[in-house]
Amino acid sequence: MKAPVLAVQNLEVRHGAVDAVRGLSFEVGRGEIVGLIGPNGAGKSSTLHAIMGAVRPTGGDVRLNGASVIGRRPEDVARRGVALVPEGRRIFAELTVEENLVLGLAGRRRREGVMEDMSDVYDLFPVVEEARRRKAGTLSGGQQQQLAIARALVADPEVLLLDEPSLGLAPRVVDLVFDALASIRERGLAILLVEQRAQRTVAFADRSHVLSKGKLRLTLGPESAGDTDALVSAYLA
Amino acid sequence: MTVAVLGIDWQTLADAIGLGAIYALMAVGIGLVFGVLRLVNFAYGQLVMAGAYALAFASERGWPVSVGIVLCFAVVLALSALMDQIVFRPLRGQSPAVMLVATFAVAFLLQSIALLWFGPLGKISASLATLNQPVTISGVDIRKIAIVATVLAAGCLLLLVVLLGRTRVGLHMRAAAMDFRTAELLGVRAGRVIGAAVLISGLLAAVVAVMLTVQTPLVTPDFALRDTILVLAGVVLGGMNRLVPATLGGFAIGFASGLLGGALPTDQSQYLPSFLFAAVILVLLVRPGGLFTREGQQAVERV
Repeated sequence: MKAPVLAVQNLEVRHGAVDAVRGLSFEVGRGEIVGLIGPNGAGKSSTLHAIMGAVRPTGGDVRLNGASVIGRRPEDVARRGVALVPEGRRIFAELTVEENLVLGLAGRRRREGVMEDMSDVYDLFPVVEEARRRKAGTLSGGQQQQLAIARALVADPEVLLLDEPSLGLAPRVVDLVFDALASIRERGLAILLVEQRAQRTVAFADRSHVLSKGKLRLTLGPESAGDTDALVSAYLA
Repeated sequence: MTVAVLGIDWQTLADAIGLGAIYALMAVGIGLVFGVLRLVNFAYGQLVMAGAYALAFASERGWPVSVGIVLCFAVVLALSALMDQIVFRPLRGQSPAVMLVATFAVAFLLQSIALLWFGPLGKISASLATLNQPVTISGVDIRKIAIVATVLAAGCLLLLVVLLGRTRVGLHMRAAAMDFRTAELLGVRAGRVIGAAVLISGLLAAVVAVMLTVQTPLVTPDFALRDTILVLAGVVLGGMNRLVPATLGGFAIGFASGLLGGALPTDQSQYLPSFLFAAVILVLLVRPGGLFTREGQQAVERV
């Protein structure tokens, strides 16, 4: 059997005296969307940071196509095909939209195909193309979120990590973001989606892991999107 | 031939432009490090001083000029890299005040080392003295150093503006300067491009060392100290936040310094810095964002 694109095994992350993530294991395969949901402080963002190498896990392993990336710096993880859409978008406001995209190219593993990938991204997010020459700081929140996803995609990643991409967006834009993710999945990316919108994520993702206090409490498939009771009790665990 | 005001002649004007150009080069070096590290590098002058000692060292031994210059660049670049590794990197993310004090410490450390190794009396660097000879352009004697310095300063500034504004590496430098962590997460080798910027700034310090030793062949432990203070004032005067205004500020203070130095009677030349700093204070009272910044640009936190 082929190793999954992204495998998190018994991950432990500690922030000072706080155990942010405790023995978390899950996998994301090609063309899969895996949701990671749970209340604030459940360890969702810590998990993403540990995958990227931005925080050093105290235990466990993160494997990309079977090879461990523990101990690598964030820029090395990015250059191995993992792209992050960070919480709060983290757009370079003083740079133009296009310059932001060019920065996304830093994580590319191959040199060829840049133009194709750029035009793919422009097709996916026409707003980003229209605003190409503008300062990114002048974009609305929804536009910035699209830019952040576009910036991750031009890196031509194998794994896409998203940290609460729908946070603070108008419902129409949230739809747009979820639609874009569905179309990105078609290209065979492995997508890990950290979200606050629990029910929507459960309905959308191939499976969703519910985290609470750093532990995996429950895994739900899209068929159980209506099962609010299970979700609530997992949140309160 | 004289310009009527204050008895300033064309000769003085040319020298003032030359000095302005050298200060502009220093301002580029200081402004670049401030741009990428948000750090006012007070030890910049001591980099120049170290380079000047390298030149004097070579010249005392009668080594060819080219060897002296290579040695100067090697010493200054090595010191810059060392400073980046053991001072700037560990302190990255600290408050600007902490970093400023740290560079103060480095400055005095280097000065003390120079005092211990070479003594207080100073050494002569005679290597490029020929640049002090004048060329005559339409009846005005202009020292070659003024021309060389002006061309070098303009060239370096142009190269840097192109590097920062038009190349991938420059974009990575700016991104790393704005948001180090996010740049890293995108795959930008943030630490490396910032190290490169520090090295480029060191390269400029080496160029300045060569130019200044032509102006002032006597190299003492406080070599370039007064110049650095003036340039720092000039950088703030021009507008610290942007490279071009900072450079213009450096040029302005060098130019003013050269002009006043020529205009003031010799027995009053000790008042020169007082005049300059009074002028700086006046300008900043009127335009706190800097003389050469556009209206509406914000003044940065001054440390």
